[in-house]
Amino acid sequence: MHIGDKIGGDVKTLTVVSGKGGTGKTSIVGSFAPLTKNAVFADCDVDAADLSLIMDAEVKTTREFKASQKAFIDVAKCVQCGACEDICRYNAIREYKVNSFLCEGCQVCSLVCPEGAISMEDVRSGQLFVSDTPYGPLVHARLEPGEENSGKLVTLVRQTAEQIARDKGRQYILVDGPPGIGCPVIASLTGVTASLIVTEPTLSAISDLERVLSVCNHFNVPPFVCVNRCDLHEGNVRQITEFCEREGVEILGMIPYDPNVTRALVHNKPVVGYAESAASQHIRTLWDRLAERATL
Amino acid sequence: MIIAVASGKGGTGKTTIAVNLALALEHESNVQFFDCDVEAPNAYLFLKPQIIHSEPVKTACPTINGTRCTFCGKCAEVCAFHALAVVKDRVLIFPELCHDCGGCELFCPQNAIGKKEHKIGLLESGYAGNIAFFQGRLTPGEAFSPPLIRALKRMVTDDSIVIVDAPPGTSCPVVEAIEGSDFCLLVTEPTPFGLHDLILAVELVQKLELRAGVVVNRADIGDNKVEAYCAKEGVPVLMRLPYDQELAINYTQGVPAVGVLPEYQQRFLQLYQDIKGLARPLGD
Repeated sequence: MHIGDKIGGDVKTLTVVSGKGGTGKTSIVGSFAPLTKNAVFADCDVDAADLSLIMDAEVKTTREFKASQKAFIDVAKCVQCGACEDICRYNAIREYKVNSFLCEGCQVCSLVCPEGAISMEDVRSGQLFVSDTPYGPLVHARLEPGEENSGKLVTLVRQTAEQIARDKGRQYILVDGPPGIGCPVIASLTGVTASLIVTEPTLSAISDLERVLSVCNHFNVPPFVCVNRCDLHEGNVRQITEFCEREGVEILGMIPYDPNVTRALVHNKPVVGYAESAASQHIRTLWDRLAERATL
Repeated sequence: MIIAVASGKGGTGKTTIAVNLALALEHESNVQFFDCDVEAPNAYLFLKPQIIHSEPVKTACPTINGTRCTFCGKCAEVCAFHALAVVKDRVLIFPELCHDCGGCELFCPQNAIGKKEHKIGLLESGYAGNIAFFQGRLTPGEAFSPPLIRALKRMVTDDSIVIVDAPPGTSCPVVEAIEGSDFCLLVTEPTPFGLHDLILAVELVQKLELRAGVVVNRADIGDNKVEAYCAKEGVPVLMRLPYDQELAINYTQGVPAVGVLPEYQQRFLQLYQDIKGLARPLGD
């Protein structure tokens, strides 16, 4: 059975994650782009959204993303009783001032204030973009630096990509995921057809591979692995191979270190299509296997 | 003195810089090291601390006392996160939406709400040589790391040089990690991705009113646009580390540069002196 079978006729989604940042997620998704035929792309790394930089993207629509409120204290009404500061679980109020970066918008302070001096106001948490690229539509976003609700913005990016895929009859969505294992990663992984974990032969990346694989298993997402910069350390590659065998996870590709990846990046291009070098060839093979396994 | 090491983009070398800075300073002063990248903590691989204390970090979500609850709906009304809903004679609780603000418990007129604690990860501490080492480990499957980072940072003591290894990105876990620091080092690489994410990180430190400087890692790959941006914005570039194959191979095995290559000891001590000159003055 192919892993896509259980999804039926619906749009399939493939999410690329890594645990550790900087292992090459975006370079790989960008390189898949010219190899796809009928895809929608979604950059779910909403606080460092870089995929559009190498996809020759032209923004077509922009939408405001308002997902939270923050507390504001009216100094004219405040009698400095300190009730708000005592009740705030996030240490967001000090000396009768709200630190809006720590405020999570729970409104408890505004409800306890005896003077009605605290109001809750909508804040712009970010923006959502739909762009055209030579390879298909790209949905991406910008979370305002310091904002929360990255998980909600990720969900909005995915929903928008799904809508576009249905409207335009596109068969699958390629998601460039965020690093880590927390809320935006979970929002990028839940309910998807399969995930590709990009790792590299460093102890850090291996440690994070184990953690992000646990998240995939926790949410029942079928995982695949690829090893980037696979020529960096032979012993660590063996460690990854043995780990994946133990876990029953298939390694779909090995990509050697290739300075053409950075050269292509400096010209705002994915390496595939820029230079027919070692990395390009191995990414092509990886994509063919992935498309076959996930029946994209 | 609290020095946070952050970056918009992941994988630029935060942990490398934080670890080497800590090692360079360990014989000069009391050093506390905090790995606040609780989703992907890796500094332990380089510092190899002996962990002597480990405790669970918990958050709470509400529970309803069925005999007291009158289904009045007040809890759902005060919850800004929609973590509770009251339908006829049932209260539905969505723990994954709960921010543990305490509002429902506080405003329930029947005192019918208690709380159930829930472990989100571990706070571990110990020593790596002379360095007091602290790390958080978020349990895979858990979404919210800020409470764990908050718990970690409660261990900061004033009389030490405190080095905080922050998570990547610019969202709420990063704010928790770098907030309150006297200086923030932003590690980047000279590529379009590095620059794009550096600009976001600079925006964040400016909003938080933190003093900051840049470390350009793998300074000889890519282009010169990061340097041009820093010059234009007046953000000081405090260190440039060229790509070094020997260092990269050491990194794969968890071996930090300081200790293997003696010149790095001097370079990181100099980095600390430069930071001291630029950091928020004591008592400010």
